[in-house]
Amino acid sequence: MTPHAATSSLPPYFPVVMLFLAATGFALFNVILSWLLGRPRPNAAKSSVYECGVPSVAKLSERFPIKFYLVAMLFILFDVDAAFLYPWALVFKELGLFGFVEMMIFMGLLGAGFAYAWKSGAFEW
Amino acid sequence: MILDVILFYGAALVAIASGLFVISQRNPINSAFSLIITMCSLAVMFAMLGSGFIAVLQVVVYAGAIMVLFLFVIMLLNAKQEEGERMGGIGRAGIILGVILAIQSVMVVWKGSSILPANHRDTASVDVARGLFSDPRFLYPFEATSILILAAMVGAIVVARKEKGK
Amino acid sequence: METLLTPALKEIAIDAVIGVIKLAVIFNVLLLVFSLMTYIERRILGFMQFRRGPNRTGPWGILQPAADGIKLFFKEELMPEGANKFLFFAAPVVAIITAYVSLAVVPYGGPLVLPFYGPVSLFGRPINIQIADLDVGILFIFAITALGVYSIVFAGYASNNKYALIGGLRSSAQMFSYELALGMSWVSVIMAAGSFRLNDIVAAAERMNPWMWLLIQFPAFVIYMIAACAEVNRTPFDLPEGETELVAGFHVEYSSMKFALMQMAEYINMMTVCALASNMFLGGWLSPLPGVIPNSPLWFFAKMGLLLFVFIWLRATVPRFRYDQLMNFGWKRLIPAAAIWVVLFSGLTAVFGEKKTPPSTVAIIAPAAGQVSR
Repeated sequence: MTPHAATSSLPPYFPVVMLFLAATGFALFNVILSWLLGRPRPNAAKSSVYECGVPSVAKLSERFPIKFYLVAMLFILFDVDAAFLYPWALVFKELGLFGFVEMMIFMGLLGAGFAYAWKSGAFEW
Repeated sequence: MILDVILFYGAALVAIASGLFVISQRNPINSAFSLIITMCSLAVMFAMLGSGFIAVLQVVVYAGAIMVLFLFVIMLLNAKQEEGERMGGIGRAGIILGVILAIQSVMVVWKGSSILPANHRDTASVDVARGLFSDPRFLYPFEATSILILAAMVGAIVVARKEKGK
Repeated sequence: METLLTPALKEIAIDAVIGVIKLAVIFNVLLLVFSLMTYIERRILGFMQFRRGPNRTGPWGILQPAADGIKLFFKEELMPEGANKFLFFAAPVVAIITAYVSLAVVPYGGPLVLPFYGPVSLFGRPINIQIADLDVGILFIFAITALGVYSIVFAGYASNNKYALIGGLRSSAQMFSYELALGMSWVSVIMAAGSFRLNDIVAAAERMNPWMWLLIQFPAFVIYMIAACAEVNRTPFDLPEGETELVAGFHVEYSSMKFALMQMAEYINMMTVCALASNMFLGGWLSPLPGVIPNSPLWFFAKMGLLLFVFIWLRATVPRFRYDQLMNFGWKRLIPAAAIWVVLFSGLTAVFGEKKTPPSTVAIIAPAAGQVSR
């Protein structure tokens, strides 16, 4: 660990809050200013939904492939895995071989799930 | 410190307001958006309690991953505006439970019992990591988590495949 | 007035002032770099494709970004029929917020040291070019990037347009698929540095020697760059914008400044991933010849610029993936590769690496048991 040069008397998250406010202000300022400068004058043609040169007929009520749902589900599961990997990596040098075996069991089980997903075609598009 | 107080009330206000939006919106997508904001403001509170690591996990897992799945499900089912329905039995039970919870929270605040010890200090990520991985007590729950994840993974695939086959 | 300013309060005031100055400078410099990037990218693409690129506005066309900006401000805002008005408005705002907030923890070149001048200080304090040095460091970026997906999902959904919806879905699925590989590629870096803070990671590279560091982390670097490229939707992974099949993907209905904000968020994300890579793998502000040439923030910007150039170069060179190829590559190649690298690296570290002893057993057990520590 290196000594941190800039030790601040402010709470550490304070600059993040300021940045958040600045970014929000910036985005709102731009959207509102462009709304004022380029006043919307909508008409039927302008506000119709984009379609390649022909009137849009179909209403947007299509369902979409379940694949997306499956990928989102797998994402959550591996995201939780990643959430465990980070603290483990942080203290890995203190844990040594014990930590390695500990995580290999964890990742091995997840790897089995991954192999099952692969075999059953969850990644086929 | 005054900044903490301002930030706390700001985050609390946002959390409560967006929480109310979640249940009052008729469009499920708007509700999901409000729920994301509620979770993010909860993360701000975790950060203020001195546990940045938990705050980050709150955002990564709940606001980031699980809410994406919620949104996908809403879009998958193509859920539109909800009809104005009369409150059913579940709604009434919910109100009763909510009132009980509110009374309990007021009692906790009234008694002045704090969850945090008086000489609480910030929990660094390293402390969380050491607690989780060096402490043998958490070894079994940690490994059990992977079995839970495995079960969820297999379940999701089986459910999705059944849908596709027919 | 004198009585109000106790020493503690004065400290806070000075810190707050420094914080605001740093924030304002970094915010505006990034805005400037963003507008220059749009110009430089079009120029480089032009030269690579044997054409001129923008060259009419001002000398060498350098005022082109300003002209574009003014034009976009005066463009009419269109709101498609049946759109979800609130989310349609919220999506670009979310995009900008997540893009800007994620760069809070990125150090832009460590301690501010100017060539021929030495360390710069303000109110007698050394200046670190970083908005917030959080304990969670790199994980903060991971969290905010996870939120960035929503701008795309909401933009796609709110537009009430099938192209936008499909584009938004594809793009979000792409983003979180590659986010996994992106996140896993950091693990070996965190392991070697033993810290989430980017400053500590650069310090660890300095202890080892930046070249050696890059050599050891090279597989992670390659995985990171590929995943980052997909994460910020750059060619060859710019599927969501596939203009040939999806017209413009999730932002087909966006116009005027809302469109510009979406674009800006993309460029800022691109700068963030390059800045991260430069800090994590290339040694940030460390000089490539340690001991011969002094360390300086300029090195950081040179490395970041090089990576940005690689992204532009890729755009001029490589054709776009097909969607099934993209998902197959992400799940069947990149994620297993990242996982195998984690296993390999941790195994080698466990066997051959130096071992640190934990501080003491009390410090380990106490926080876990939820008791008062230290």
